[in-house]
This record gives sequence, structure tokens and C-alpha cells, in this order.
Amino acid sequence: MRKSEEAQVHVSHATSDTLLLTLKGSWKLQSGIPPFTEIEKTIESSTGIQQLTFDSQHVTSWDSGLVTFVLRVLTYCTQHRIEVDRTDLPEGVQRLVSLALAVPEQQGTRRLIPSESWLARFGKEVMVTLEGANAMIAFVGDASLAFWALLAGKARFRRSDLSLTIQECGIQALPIVSLISFLVGLILAFVGAVQLQQFGAHIYVADLVGLGMAREMGAMMTGIIMGGRTGAAFAAQLGTMRVNQEIDAMITLGLSPMEFLVLPRMLALSLMMPLLCLYADLMGILGGMVVGVTMLDLGFLQYFNQTQASLSLMDFFLGLVKSMVFGVLVAMAGCLRGMQCGNSSAAVGIAATSAVVTSIVFIVVSDSILTVIYNAIGV
Amino acid sequence: MVMNATPHISIENLTMAYGDFLIQRDLTFTINRGDIFIIMGGSGCGKSTLLRHLVGLKRPAKGDVRYEGESFWNAQPESRAGRMKQFGVLFQSGALWSSMTLAENVELPLAEYTNLTPDEIREIVSFKLALVGLAGFEEFYPNEISGGMQKRAGLARAMALDPEILFFDEPSAGLDPISSRRLDELILELRDSLGATVVIVTHELASIFAIGTNSVFLDAETKTMLAVGSPRMLLEESADHKIQTFLTRGDGKTEKADT
Ligand SMILES: Nc1ncnc2c1ncn2[C@@H]1O[C@H](COP(=O)(O)OP(=O)(O)OP(=O)(O)O)[C@@H](O)[C@H]1O
Ligand SMILES: [Mg+2]
Repeated sequence: MRKSEEAQVHVSHATSDTLLLTLKGSWKLQSGIPPFTEIEKTIESSTGIQQLTFDSQHVTSWDSGLVTFVLRVLTYCTQHRIEVDRTDLPEGVQRLVSLALAVPEQQGTRRLIPSESWLARFGKEVMVTLEGANAMIAFVGDASLAFWALLAGKARFRRSDLSLTIQECGIQALPIVSLISFLVGLILAFVGAVQLQQFGAHIYVADLVGLGMAREMGAMMTGIIMGGRTGAAFAAQLGTMRVNQEIDAMITLGLSPMEFLVLPRMLALSLMMPLLCLYADLMGILGGMVVGVTMLDLGFLQYFNQTQASLSLMDFFLGLVKSMVFGVLVAMAGCLRGMQCGNSSAAVGIAATSAVVTSIVFIVVSDSILTVIYNAIGV
Repeated sequence: MVMNATPHISIENLTMAYGDFLIQRDLTFTINRGDIFIIMGGSGCGKSTLLRHLVGLKRPAKGDVRYEGESFWNAQPESRAGRMKQFGVLFQSGALWSSMTLAENVELPLAEYTNLTPDEIREIVSFKLALVGLAGFEEFYPNEISGGMQKRAGLARAMALDPEILFFDEPSAGLDPISSRRLDELILELRDSLGATVVIVTHELASIFAIGTNSVFLDAETKTMLAVGSPRMLLEESADHKIQTFLTRGDGKTEKADT
């Protein structure tokens, strides 16, 4: 850009107590605005300034850039009790400045962000965490009450919501569950084969895959898939409803969001999870079988018989119990984060992310607890 | 019209705040049965917030709201929920349930609280939608209709159960002048035929003067109410500059708003 086009400001003394700001060139946001500090220095270095005037004859073009500059000058001058004569500014600028000053800033709206000691911040964090725990417990309590109402036949929700959610977290999840559990079965078989082949025991790959899938991996993998898929979706749905005040509208009509929104989702997921888990078990075993038959030279029937011999119904049952627990927890995490969602679209994103994290933590923790319990009672 | 000695709604020393951020303090006024009560004030002064306190969505920082003399916020949650069933609320954003069609939106409260047959319910739904000029839009989803139409559908939902008290947050925002006029007539009709009390947040000067029987003016700067009274009376008698400016669109006292 040519020198003459650039926005320039010169400070000079018109009289002993009047300062003249001469503005030149193109005052556009895109080409940059001169810093205000220079003027500030000049004013501070010269005493007895009472008035400030502008000369804008050589301003070739302007936009909000000039207006914000003038506003900055004005704020500074009001603080330092200097009168400002705006009459020599371009007329449009004068009008925009008057409009900007027409509504006085509302007192108390400027957020002061006080600097706090680390101790205070730590304390606040602890309080927030405690509040979070409190909210979680309250939510679990409310959800249990809603569940109780369901058992008593008094829960009110739309059956169509339930069937829609069942469809969403049942059939529509089949492709991804198939893929992941098939591959997990495959991986388990490979990992086992490397060790077992060393002493010619590769037939036991069938046991490893069968037991691993039925007791543990089937439930765990479906849990994590559903956490990322459905838990996040629940949080986003409920979060959006909160942002749109749809939940408020329910409350004012006396319809409990717990029964209308949370209950069908928890119900759908805890009904569908065991089914998905059983399906994942079978897909995983299939994956193991593919490795066994194609790479370990095991016969199809041989592998099948070995799997059948190593697995009891109890193993499947234990996995299903786990998956049901995961289903409840994932639905709970999703709905909890959704209901706690803040009032903006960013908050919906945070709610969805946090639902996934919460689900995974819930799943892993409850899985460890259940495994220890299974071990203790010897099943 | 039934005129009881106790006012239908009384607001007592209500102070509203979001955390430390004070919105309004020391609000005290009453709303009589059959009133069309207008809540006025500049943008952001806390009108919607006041409505949230009246309908039970936000607990006051101080003070209370009484319905027919009974405390609302100091009552048990169950009795508050019972009271809330007599309300019909239109939110500023419409707040229609986005996963349901317009018909289902209006249907849900009817299906929950009445013993009508599905056919009867469907008839009532069509009637309510027709009242707000949305006949034929039963099977549309909220995202398939315009903002003004969503507002009107929200209105139909608020009226679904013929509630005793209607709370409308800017019902005419986003409506064309003719729909807006029709809405005024509808509100008057609801009051007259159903004996409902109507509390409206609105900026529409024409409807303020046409239907408002009483009003309160909230101010954002002083964070409290400046006046209570019928809009006409405020226009004629209030000496407050802010109220005069508001009621005359800043044109001074020379021009009387026409009805
Ligand atoms: N959830 C919230 N958290 C914090 N502050 C809020 C919240 N909601 C509103 N406020 C603040 O409360 C004040 C009043 O908001 P409110 O929505 O009641 O205004 P209003 O009078 O309805 O305005 P309008 O006419 O524009 O709808 C605003 O200054 C806003 O900053
Ligand atoms: Mg509002």
C-alpha cells in the first residue's frame, strides 16, 4: 500500500490548551489502525490540555476502524476530563459515535475476573467437583424413582419414543458392532496363537477366544461402542432440548423429563445391550474361527467342538449381566450429561464429549468391580 | 367476570439474580383475575427472567410469588407442580418439541391430562391449531415451519388444556401486523370466554394499549420496577421520562398511540 493511503494520525498543539489530531489516509479495518499509545504519551507529557479537536479533511475513506479509534479517544478523554470537539469528523462517523453512546453501558454487566490465589482456585475446583458428585447422586436417585414408577405401572412416556430409541440403539448399531467384535475375535486369536503354537497347543486358541469374548470382550466392546455412539447421541439430544427450552416447556406442563426423556432411553439401551452383546460374542468367535481355520490349520468342526466344550452357558450369562450393567451406565452417563448441559451450542458439544468419557470410565470401573465379584464367588 | 378479593397472582418483594448478577430487585405488584397484564421494559431488563420465576422454573433469590394467596415458592414441590398444571406457557423461542409434529406437540398435554379418546383429541388439536392460523400444518415438524409459525404453534400448545393462567413471552414478535392483530383478538377472547388471566411480555405498543388492562415497567438501570398501572394511565399520568419514552417510541408526549 502506498504511503499516502495508510491511516496516519498526527498530534499537534492548536493552542496551549487544545490538542489537534490530524487524521489522514484510508482508515479501514483491513489496512490497520495506528496505535493509540502515541497520542496518550503526547497528552500525558503536555500539561493543561483541556480540549481536543479533530481534522479529518484528508481522510480518503473510513469504516468502523475510524469509529472505534474515535471511541477510544473519547473514553480516554472522558477519563482525563478533556473535552472533545467532534464537529470536524466526517458526518457519518459523528452519527455512529452518537448511536454507540446512546445507550449507556449497563452497570454490573462487565465481568471482572479477579485474580485469585491458587488456594482459592483449588478450593473452588473442589467445590465444583463435590457439586458434580452431588448432582450425579441426585440424578441416580431421580432415575431410580422413575424406574420405580415404571415398575408400578405409573410412569408416563410416549411408547413411540421407546420404540424409536430401541431401533436407534439396537438394529442400527449392528453393523459397527459386527465389524468391531469380529476384528477383536481375530486379534484375540492371533495373540493367543503366537504363544500357544510354540508348544503345539494351538487348538486352545478356540478356548481363549470363546472365553475371552463371552466373559469379557463382547460386553466390554459393545459397551464402549454404545458409549461413543448412543451415549453421546443421548447427551446431544437432551442437551439440544435443554438449549431450546424444550425441557423447560415439559416441566411447566408438569411432565417429568425423567420419565419422558430419560426413562425410555435407559430402558431401550439396557434391553438392547444384552442382545447386542450376545451377537458380539458370536461375531468374535466367528473371527477367531476364521484365524483358526485359515492360518492354524484347524478344522472347522474341530474348532467348533473345542469352543463348545470350553464354554458353558454360565460364561455367556456372566457376560450378559455385565452388558446389562453397562447399558444402564452408558444410558445414565449420556442422559446425565445431556440434562446438565449448559445454555449454548458449545455446551452441547461439551456434554456429548463428557458423556463418552463418563461412559468409558463407568464401564471400566464397573467391569473391574464385577470381575472381582465373579472371582470372589467363584463363577 | 369473577372478581375475588385476593388477587390471582401477587409478587412480593421478588429479587431475581443469576448467581451474583442481580437482574431485578424488590418487585411488588399484583395481578387480578381476568387481567391482561403486560410486562414491559427495555431489552435485557429481565422480563423473560421474571416469567421464569412466575411459572416455577427459577427460584427467587429473595421474596415470593403467591397464587390466590398461597405461597408458590415456599410450598412443597408437589403442590407447586399441581399449581403449574394450571399454567399455559409460551416461551420466547417457542420451545416446541422438535422431535414431534405440531399435532403431537399440542396432543401430548391433552393425552396426559384428559381422558378423551384419540379421535376427540385430534379434533381439539385441529381446532387449537386453526385458532392460531395453522390449520393444515398438523403433520409438519417444527423445523419445517417459519419462526413466526413456531411461535403460533407454541401458543396453540400453551392453550391446549384451556389453562387458568396464560404466560406469553413476546407472542407477537416475528408476526406480521395482521397476524399480530388477530393474536390480540384471540387473547381477548381467551380472557372473556375462558376467564383466563393472561400475563404477557411484549414490546408491541399497539397491542399494549389495545389489550393491556394492567402493566408493570421494569428498568435495567435501576434494576427495579418504575411503575405499575394500566398502560393508558401510565401514558397519561406517569412523569417518568423512561416510561414516556418507551410508550411513545421516543417521540415525546405529543403523539398518542392509536388503538
Ligand atoms: N442463564 C443466564 N445466566 C446468566 N445471566 C442470564 C441468563 N439468562 C439471562 N441472563 C441475563 O439476565 C438479563 C435479563 O435477561 P432476560 O432474558 O430476562 O431479558 P428480557 O427482558 O427478556 O430481554 P428481551 O426483551 O431481549 O427478551 C440479561 O442481562 C442477561 O444477561
Ligand atoms: Mg425475553
